[in-house]
Parts: sequence; C-alpha cells; structure tokens
Amino acid sequence: MKIIHTILMCFLFVNVSNSQERFLTKNGAITFFSSTIMADIKADNNQVLSIIDASNGKMAISILMKSFMFKKALMQEHFNENYVESDLFPKATFKGEILNFETLKDLETKLEVRGLIMIHGKRKEIIIPASFTRSENTIFVKGEFNLLLSDYNIKIPNVVAKKISKEIKVSFEFNHKPYKK
Amino acid sequence: MKKIILIIFIISINSQFFGQDLLDILDNETPKTENIVTATFKGTRILNGHSIENRKDKELEFIISHRFGRVNLGFDELFGLDQSNIRFALEYGFNDNLTIGLGRSSFEKTYDSFLKYSLLKQKNGENSFPFAVSLFGSVAVKTLKDYDPSDKRTFAESLFYVGQVLIARKVSPSFSYQITPTYVHRNSVRINADPHDIFALGFGTRMKLSKRVSFNSEYYVTFNESKSIDARNSLAFGIDIETGGHVFQLILSNAITMIEKSFITESTGNFFGGDIHFGFNISRTF
Repeated sequence: MKIIHTILMCFLFVNVSNSQERFLTKNGAITFFSSTIMADIKADNNQVLSIIDASNGKMAISILMKSFMFKKALMQEHFNENYVESDLFPKATFKGEILNFETLKDLETKLEVRGLIMIHGKRKEIIIPASFTRSENTIFVKGEFNLLLSDYNIKIPNVVAKKISKEIKVSFEFNHKPYKK
Repeated sequence: MKKIILIIFIISINSQFFGQDLLDILDNETPKTENIVTATFKGTRILNGHSIENRKDKELEFIISHRFGRVNLGFDELFGLDQSNIRFALEYGFNDNLTIGLGRSSFEKTYDSFLKYSLLKQKNGENSFPFAVSLFGSVAVKTLKDYDPSDKRTFAESLFYVGQVLIARKVSPSFSYQITPTYVHRNSVRINADPHDIFALGFGTRMKLSKRVSFNSEYYVTFNESKSIDARNSLAFGIDIETGGHVFQLILSNAITMIEKSFITESTGNFFGGDIHFGFNISRTF
C-alpha cells in the first residue's frame, strides 16, 4: 500500500512540477515584411500564442492568420482570401525544441530553435535563430528569419509579382510568463 | 484489484497529462474571438445591382461601366457594340461601413447618387450571426428631355428614389447568396396607369470558380410593373475577375442600364429571346 502511495505521489509531483515549468504568452508579436521596388507590405499580429516547457526546452507557437493587421483593409482581405486561405487554414503553427536550452541563464543568449513550421497547410522543417533572456518569472524571445512563399504553396499571380516579394521577412517577440492551469 | 484499476486509471490520466502536446495547450488557451465573415462578394456590385459589400475606409473608387446594345441586332450593328450606355461613377468610403457614390449614365442622361450602410455583419465563432445586412438608398435625376415641350418637367418631377435592404450570407468560401427586397418610387410616370411605387425582390449568387474568378448571377422579380412598356424581370449572368487593386466584371444582361431605378423597373429585353446586352464593370481603387 505504501508503494502505491509513493507512486501516486510521484506522479502528482511530476505533474505539478511540470506545469510550473511551462511559460506562456497570449499576446506575442509577429510582424512580416515584403519589400520590393514597387511596394512595401507589412502586417502585424499581436495575439500570437507561444509556450515553452522549461523542463525540456520544447516550444510551440500558434498564430491566427486573421489576426494579421494590414494598413489597407483590401490588402488584408486579399491576404486572407487569396494567399493564405484563412478559411481553410485558420492557423499557422510551430512545434519544436530549443537547442542547448539548458545553457540559458539570465543573460541574453543566442540559441537555435529547430522544429516543424506549418503555414497554409504545408509543413516544413526549419531552424530559427533567436535570442533568449530568462529571468525568474519570464522567458523573453525575439528574432527574425526569412520564409520563401513557394515553400508553403502560396502563389503570387503575375500581375502583382512585382509588388509582392517571394521572400518574406518575419520578426517575432514573445514575453513568456509562468503558465498556471 | 479495485485499487490496481484505480492506480492504472490515475496513471493513464497522469500520463495523458504528462504527454499533453504543447500545441493542444495553445489550442485550449486561444481566446474565443468573433470572426467577421469577409468577401461575401468581391465587388460592390453583384452584377447590375449592389452587393452588401462597401468600399473600405477612406478609399476612393472610380468605376466605369458599359452596357452595349442587344447582341441579336446582328452584324450590321456589330452585335450591339455600335450602341452603348456608359456610366462613370466615383464612390468613396467614409469608413468601412458607409459608402457614398455619385454617377452619371449616358442612357437618358441620368445622374444618380447613393448611400450604402453596412448594418449587420455575418459572424462565426463567438457571437455568431448567420447573415449580413446592408441598407441602400439612392436618388436619380433623369435629365433627358424626352417629353413634349408643352409638358415641361420640373426637377422634382424628374426624380426617382430607390430603397433596398440587402441581406446576404456566405455559405462557404466558394458560395454566397443575397436576397434584396426593393422599393422604387417615381415622382412622374409615363401614363396614369403606371404605378408610382414599384416593389421588387432580388436574388443574387456568387460561385467561386478559382481563387480569383467567380461566376455570378442576379435576378429581380417585380410585383407590379409599368403598363406603358413591356416590362420584364431583370436577369444577368457574369464573371468576376479579380486582379490586385480592382475587380473586373463581364456581364450578360437583359438590361441596358446600370442603376436600380432603371434596370429593375424599365428592362424590356427578353433574355432567352436573345435580347442580351454584353457589358462590363471596371473599378480602380485609389
């Protein structure tokens, strides 16, 4: 009977410690830029969800495509209707792990995050460099990287080919706080 | 035995918990937001008539529309291309929900103005609402002097009013429809037997053929028609082609006019008898 109790307590303990080591943000920021000679296009999303499990360095990000805000409403409509097809693929996600997460201390540290990114229903393995800062109650992450639209089956019609870059610059900033269920 | 089952049960719950995917947690934590349905129609017109869509905030749009003569006029009139009715218009969005428009049609030298207000939006997710409603009102002035000189018309007598309630639903990303109760008032009519007030009901659909091309249809049934002309219900089919900043519409219709007071109440063409007007709408947004 004692053994059973011990096992039970162990599991409960694992559970509790596990949930304490998760860090979450619901208002992470992602901005993307497309820059060509003809036009600069920029969109912001300040409702990105991101979570880090500090016990094992795993990380996940969830992005609602319709939360990207453009300067022109018509651009936003085209983005959702014609390019990323938000009705069919409402979310973009990332799931992976932070490499050498255990080396992260309170100083700003450059680390790489490796995992699977999914945009427009297409999955791709990706390594994203990011800078991490950890304090007692936060894990702050920021960085930027480039995406090729062709990797995600997002087609640009010829008439607007000069206005939309094939390569999109993405920058992000997440300030994770301890996650309590 | 019971205890063992209980333990296994607890362990399984635990391990489920333990192995819970981080993305699943994010799914649970995603705030439930209301989601306004956009692009029920691509243009501010289904074909001849208005759709629920408005111009966006502070956008100015220049629209050129053409309807040629009837295709069954034959080769001598180059299948109607020799004749044409043209309408120029400027339409401006005060905000995302209110549009004002001013236009001039060559047919009967008519000036028209309208206001369109988006009253209710279709939403899904939190606070979902099944359809969108816009209100439309227009005043048109016919300036063609087609009356007897002794029977000179005043400005007030040349006025026409239209009120519409546009009710639309986007059923899926590729199919939308609209129902449009319409009221037309004419300050003057050709003969006394003609009604001053005409009631009609419009039906419109949009079917997406590809990402940037859709097939649209539009039909208006009038419940009381003018007696002085052989009035027919207005019917139109067309293709929407969307290219970046503008929408291009190719239209086949039994009406030669492009404003509500005319195509709903004054169409005389028999579509299936070949009285078809080819036409297009081009809009350019600034």
